[in-house]
Amino acid sequence: MFREPWEAQAFAMALALHARGLFTWPEWAATLGAEIKRAQAAGDPDTGETYYRHWLKALERLVAEKGIADEQTLARYYNAWDHAADRTPHGAPIELRPDDFE
Amino acid sequence: MADHDHDHHHHDEHGSELSETQLRVRALETILTEKGYVDPAALDAIVETYETKVGPRNGAVVVAKAWTDPAFRQALLADATKAVAALGHISRIGDHLVAVENTPERHNMIVCTLCSCYPWEVLGLPPVWYKSAPYRSRAVKDPRGVLADFGVALPKETEIRVWDSTAETRFMVLPMRPAGTEGWSEDRLADLVTRDSMIGTGLARKPGEINQ
Repeated sequence: MFREPWEAQAFAMALALHARGLFTWPEWAATLGAEIKRAQAAGDPDTGETYYRHWLKALERLVAEKGIADEQTLARYYNAWDHAADRTPHGAPIELRPDDFE
Repeated sequence: MADHDHDHHHHDEHGSELSETQLRVRALETILTEKGYVDPAALDAIVETYETKVGPRNGAVVVAKAWTDPAFRQALLADATKAVAALGHISRIGDHLVAVENTPERHNMIVCTLCSCYPWEVLGLPPVWYKSAPYRSRAVKDPRGVLADFGVALPKETEIRVWDSTAETRFMVLPMRPAGTEGWSEDRLADLVTRDSMIGTGLARKPGEINQ
């Protein structure tokens, strides 16, 4: 089961992108497998607890490889969301506005 | 995300916090939504399905049917993707699903050494241990030891066969039907079929092991 909502979101994004034909399961498995190996080499205990972190990494990699969003674009949206979180009072839903990108 | 850390100093106690991982997931989802690759409502539907509708019960129904219907058992062992799809209520996810049958001579176990390919459509989401490195590596090297950890002891003569899943082929185990269940309905039998018995790290429960 998912331990945190983001794990579920990451899981669902992979299924949706696969259903849309963005990648095949063999491609997905190869990318995810490579991310797990990389993380292991970097000292990840690989106990299964960090599985969805590797999953997310694999998603980011494939999205970049398929030319949908490069690292810079991902970083821009990341910072915008960070900005949105900062200006949102605790407890209120965090929503992205155009000025979060400025 | 190298340029991320330095703008964290202006956080104050009134603002909300999102973790680095949450920010990455939101960034990705926003981009994919804006570009029309995903629909947030469809993502929610996928999550809901996996959290509430798809689980080992799907597989248990398949196993119980195979135990009671010889024609279905044959069809399942010949082409599990097709046989499972023919039941109608389980939607197809991956490509080739293969059912491997336990017998007194051979016990089957599934693993994915590369990542964690898993027969989601019949078993739901994999347990944490299935995704862990110790299981992924030991299942192949020392399956009997892994089984012992799960409290399963098989006769010495029983061969243990480990099936390594790939993205193209995923496996499910058809466990042996427990003795003393003659004449049971499929529904009742399905209660005996555990998730682990379909991974091969367990056996189906005996009639005395379920709470009536």
